[in-house]
Formats: sequence, C-alpha cells, structure tokens
Amino acid sequence: MFAYIIRRVLYAVPILIGVNLLTFLLFFVVNSPDDMAVSQLGEKYVTPEAIAAWKTKNGYDKPLFVNGNNTGLESLTDTIFFTKSVKLFAFDFGRSESGRDITSDVSTRMWPSLAVALPTFIIGIWVNICVALLVVMFHATRLDRWAVFLFVSLMSISYLFYIIGGQYLVAKTWKLVPISGFHADGQAWKFLILPVLVGVVAGIGSGARWYRTLFLEEANQDYVRTARAKGASEISILFRHILPNALIPILTGVVVLIPSLFMGGLLIESFFGIPGLGSYMLDAIKSQDFAIVRSMVFIGSILYIFGLILTDISYTWADPRVRLS
Amino acid sequence: MKPILLWSDTLVFLLVITLVLFFYRLRNDPQTRERWSQVFSTRLGMVTFTVILTYVGIALLDSLHFRKALDTPAAAAGDTAAATQEVFYNNKVSSVLDVLLGGMGERFERTYSAPFALLSFEKKNMKDEQGRAVRDFPPLEHAGQHLADPADKWPDVLARSGTALLWGILLSALWLAPQWLLLRHSPHPWHASWAVQAVVLCVGVWAVSISRYYHILGTDLGGADVLYQSLKGVRTGVLLGTLSTLIMLPIAVTLGVMAGYFKGWVDDLVQYLYTTLSSIPGILLIAASVLLFQVYIDLNPDFFSIGMEKADARFIALCFILGVTSWSTLCRLIRAETLKISQLEYVQAAHAFGVSHTRILARHILPNVVHIIMITFVLDFSALVLAEAVLSYIGVGIDPSMGSWGNMINGARSELSRQPPVWWTLTGAFFFMFALVLAANLFSDLVRDAFDPRSGRRRSET
Repeated sequence: MFAYIIRRVLYAVPILIGVNLLTFLLFFVVNSPDDMAVSQLGEKYVTPEAIAAWKTKNGYDKPLFVNGNNTGLESLTDTIFFTKSVKLFAFDFGRSESGRDITSDVSTRMWPSLAVALPTFIIGIWVNICVALLVVMFHATRLDRWAVFLFVSLMSISYLFYIIGGQYLVAKTWKLVPISGFHADGQAWKFLILPVLVGVVAGIGSGARWYRTLFLEEANQDYVRTARAKGASEISILFRHILPNALIPILTGVVVLIPSLFMGGLLIESFFGIPGLGSYMLDAIKSQDFAIVRSMVFIGSILYIFGLILTDISYTWADPRVRLS
Repeated sequence: MKPILLWSDTLVFLLVITLVLFFYRLRNDPQTRERWSQVFSTRLGMVTFTVILTYVGIALLDSLHFRKALDTPAAAAGDTAAATQEVFYNNKVSSVLDVLLGGMGERFERTYSAPFALLSFEKKNMKDEQGRAVRDFPPLEHAGQHLADPADKWPDVLARSGTALLWGILLSALWLAPQWLLLRHSPHPWHASWAVQAVVLCVGVWAVSISRYYHILGTDLGGADVLYQSLKGVRTGVLLGTLSTLIMLPIAVTLGVMAGYFKGWVDDLVQYLYTTLSSIPGILLIAASVLLFQVYIDLNPDFFSIGMEKADARFIALCFILGVTSWSTLCRLIRAETLKISQLEYVQAAHAFGVSHTRILARHILPNVVHIIMITFVLDFSALVLAEAVLSYIGVGIDPSMGSWGNMINGARSELSRQPPVWWTLTGAFFFMFALVLAANLFSDLVRDAFDPRSGRRRSET
C-alpha cells in the first residue's frame, strides 16, 4: 500500500513537468515578454525603455532557457524558465505583476474558498443521494419519468441564472440574508448560507440524475433479484443492498474533487464577494496578471493529481476486492 | 450589396456539407437506420429535433452575411455615371436574418424600456407644450407611433396579433402541406414535429409583425431590442457548440485510435498527453489561451479590415481553444473502445491476411467507434452552449460586439437590483438559451439510449 502510494506520487512528477512546460510555452514562447509588457503597460506608454524597465522589475529580462552570459550551473538557473517555472516545484510562486506575494495570498485566500466549497460539496452529495433514492423508489412510474425530465430541465439552466435568481429572491426580495460579502468571525454563516444554497440547488439536476443511473444499474444486478426472491422489503433492498454497493462508483466520482475544493468556485465567489481563490483567479484573469494564473494552474494540477491518488486509495477502503499493487 | 464570407461562415457551411454527406453515406446502413429510427419513433425525439433544427436554421440564415451598398451623394443627385464608378459599402455587416426580421435590429431607443412599453424606463428633462421644463418619462421613438391614444395599446396589440396569427396559420398550412403529402403514411410521429413547426412559424410571423410597432421584449441599456439580440445570440451559441466539437474530433479520434491500436510507446505518449492536459483546471487553460490570443489580436490590428472580422477571429480562436482543451475525454473513450475492438477475431483475421494498418484502421476500427463520436457530438453541444455564457461572464468569451447570450447576461447581471428591476434582458437570454439546451439535452439522452450498446442492454433487462 505504502509502496503503491510512493509510486503514484512519483508518476505525478512527469505530469507536473508536462504541465509546467505547457504553461511555460503558453506564457513565454507563444507570447514574448515584450508582448506582455505592451499589454500590461497599455498602448500609450509603450517605449523601448518602458518595456525594458517593466521586464527588469518583474524579472523577465533574462533569456528563456540558456543564459550565455554566465557559466556552469548559473547559465541554466539565471533564466526565465528556471526562475519562473522550475521554482514552482518548490512552491515558490514569486510575486504577482502588481508586486504582491502570491504564496501568502494563496494561503490566506484558500480558507474562505473552503468555507463555501466544503459545505456545498457535502450537503450537495447528501441532497442528491436522497433525491435520487426517492426517485428510484418510484422507478418505472410516471413520477420517475417526470422527475428525470425535471432533472434535465434543471441541468439546462445556466449556473449564472441560479446565482442571479438566488440573489434576487432570497437576498433582495425576501431579505433573509445579505446579498454578498464575507465576514471571517462568528457572523460568517450569514454570508455562507446563500452561496451554499445556490451551489446545492444548481447541482441537483446533474447530480441526482447521475446517482439515479448508478442506483438503477445496481438495481439490475443479480443480488437484488435474490434479495427480492428471499422476501426482503423494497425499502431494505434500497438501503441495505443497493445503497452500499452504489457507493463505490459514487466514491470514485467525488473523491477526485475533494482536493480541488480549495480552489473554490469562480462564479460563486465573484458574485457573492467572497475573498477566496476563485475570485483571486477571476481578478487575475481580468487584470491579465499572468504570474498568478501560472501559479494557480500549477496548484490546480497538483490538487487534481492528488485527487486521483486519493481516489485509488479510497477504492481499497470501500471495496475490499480491490488490491493495489 | 456585397456578400461577405467570414471564417466562421465558411466553417459552418463546411460542417453542414460534411454532415449531409456523412448521413447520405450512412443512409443504407441498416444498423444506423434502425438506431436513428428508434430516436425518431418517440414524440420527444421529433419535438426536440425540430426545435434544434429551428435554432440551426436561424443560425444558418444569420451566417449569410453581406454589406449593404451606401447611397452615394452623387447617386442621390441623379448623377448615375459617378455612382457606377465607385460604390461604398456600409461598415455594418448584415445577414439574411436581419432582412427577414424586417429591420428589428435597427430600431434603437435611448435606453431601457419595458416590453410593449410606450414610454422610456428612465426620466428625462423635457419641455412640455407651454415650454416649461418638466422631468418625465419620454415617449419611445419606435413604439406605438401609430397610436392616437396610449389607452388603445392593448386592443391594438390584440388586433394585430389576430391578423398575424391568421397569416401564420396560412403560412404554416403552405409550409406543412408538402410534408403532409409526403410523410402522412410514415410510421414515425411526424405530427409532433408539424405541431412544433406550426408554432414556430406562427410565433415568428407574430414577432416580426408586432415588432414593427412595439419592442416585444423591451430594450436594453443601450436601447437595442432585446428580442433581436436574443435571436442574434442563436448563431453564436449553435456555432460554438458545433465548431468546437468539430475541431476537437480529429485530434481525439486520431490519437485515441492510434493509442488503442498500436499500444506500446504510442499509447504511453497519448495517455501522458491527455492526463497532463486534463490535470490543468480547464477554465484557467481556456482563459490563459484566450488572453494570449487577445494580446496577439491587439498587437496585429492590420490583419482585420472591419470590426466584425476581428470579433470573428476571436470567436474562431475561442472555438479552437475549447476544442483543443477538451479532447481528452473523447480520446480516453475511443482509446478504450479501440483496445477492445482490436482484440476481436475479425481484426485478428485481417492481420493474418496481411491487411495494412491504415486499411484495418479505416475499415474495421473507425466504423465501430462512430457511435461514440456521435454521442459525444450531441452531448457536448449543450455543455458548450452553457460554457459560453460562463466564459463571457469571466471576460474571456465572445467579443462584446458580437451578440451572444453570455454577453447579454453579463451586461444585465446587476439589472435585477435596480428599482424597479429590469427583468426582460435576462428573461430573453434565459428563454432562448434554456429552450436550446433543454432540447439538446433531451435529444442527446435519446441518441445515447439508441446508440450506446450498454444502455440497450440495460433497457432490455428492465
């Protein structure tokens, strides 16, 4: 088990190197630092001196891969590739284009993200499973067909409308909670209710539909027929036979998402003014701050790969038949 | 009049030709026929397909672009010799759809106005008859001009609706009669499709005729007609949903089939590629790519002669980026299927006969993964339409000068917090988007049920 985990972590290294190279290509080769300087400075102030000054200030005044001015190891380390990309592996994210320390920004901003994303995730799964079980109980009736139609309709509504509608109804019309904002103290729950609610409701359509398919797949298995034949009640079949077995595919589907919860939701955070990583990314995209985007790409990839490893481990935990080797 | 062929127009007509040829070649394949006929044997399949076709039709009409010739001053003066020498074209690109809508997009107001309103939404300083300064709601410039008394509005709307409905029914009868003559003995529930077609035609005639006198869905902040903008969003949504998949297909299919067939280092390489790509948060990759492309456009403004071409280039780039970043799922599916197929006896037999790799791939492998491609094409469509709205909100979507539902929502997101709330822009975008995505989702369910062998087995067991 332990050896397996070690090997999986080692497998992740080439993937991260790939991610790193890809982002490096995107940010520095497709677009030269000069282009970035021009777009950051704005058309009006573009002079060769201003571009050079901007590049020096942000550390882009080095060669891309090999620095001919230095000798030995220095010729490889004193380059854009080393200072901007390789250092990400040491979690040294450097400074954003506006001069803020990215590492400290990320470590303070991930907690509000988690405060919204984690409850949404847990409540969401719980609600989806309950709804799906309810629908499966009425399988092959008219109620089931209409429920599926309702799920598909809910899926077809853009996430933006859920947020806008939720804010309009709950916060503006009924005045139950504040429209947006965040508070780190004991008052935080007031600001969290609406984002979590919106997140859960928006997920019901696709979530409950998916769980319904999983439950129905299990309901067609032989052991269910056997249980029915020996006279088990429908309720006990549903909860004692189908639910535990369907947990395995559910687990593999959701565990991979857990580490990414730190990244937060781009839309939810920006609409509700939550100072998390999601709104951090959005601001970076809007102000074209490539240093932040680069770091977030790297963090996101690490979290995703971590999620894949967690998924494999949770397999063994949930399904004793699976042996990792 | 000078026809304009934008890049996206070329691509979409190429796509239509490809699809037509594809289905024309498949028409004699009994298995495919049976599956499609299963899709269309339900009323739901007929209805959703007709709705999707309506959207595609609007998108295609909106893809026939041209620039109107401007009246030169010389021509106005009657000097025909000078007029024939040089013709100036309007900088604004129109489409056939604009013509069919009868100038719906050219009736601008000053700012917001509610649906069917006669007065503007915001007060303005005006002079009344006696020359005193008053602050009141000014009348709209293109709504209810023919009315003597504002109280006549609703009776007038009703009367005009009645006339429009009669015309609509007449038009539907003319349109549906040939179909009825051809297909009345068909086993498929065509009547469901006819009902939708009739409703679409009636509503269309009604909307065009009423919009000459009123703004049916009101106007937005810039005074543009919301119904017109929603209709213009159709092309963007449909094209984005289809072109992105079209760009993604060759990459995913080639790599997937090769990985599954050749195995070994090819397989390792392809797997490495898609694992790397899918581990990057999709939205960040898309945003970064779009931003980089935007920098490129900004630095090379000479490439594009008119603003529309610039917006179109960004649109194509967005389709391209969405396609390149989203091939990993399909690639994975095709790889797994190819792995399975290449173990089967008939492929082994082909090997034993010394058939070349390319021929085995083309004749034995590819036709057997077509169902996966088809399912993905339909499934991805609705996801892409929804993604467009989110991307436009983030600011890395469609160019703001090009109408899209995402841009409409983005511009209107704070309108509900006004007092009184401005609800019609969001409603327009919501309705048009919802209808398309819902139809596509329901249709994709049917297609998946018909083509996915797994779901077929499941159905037969229950």
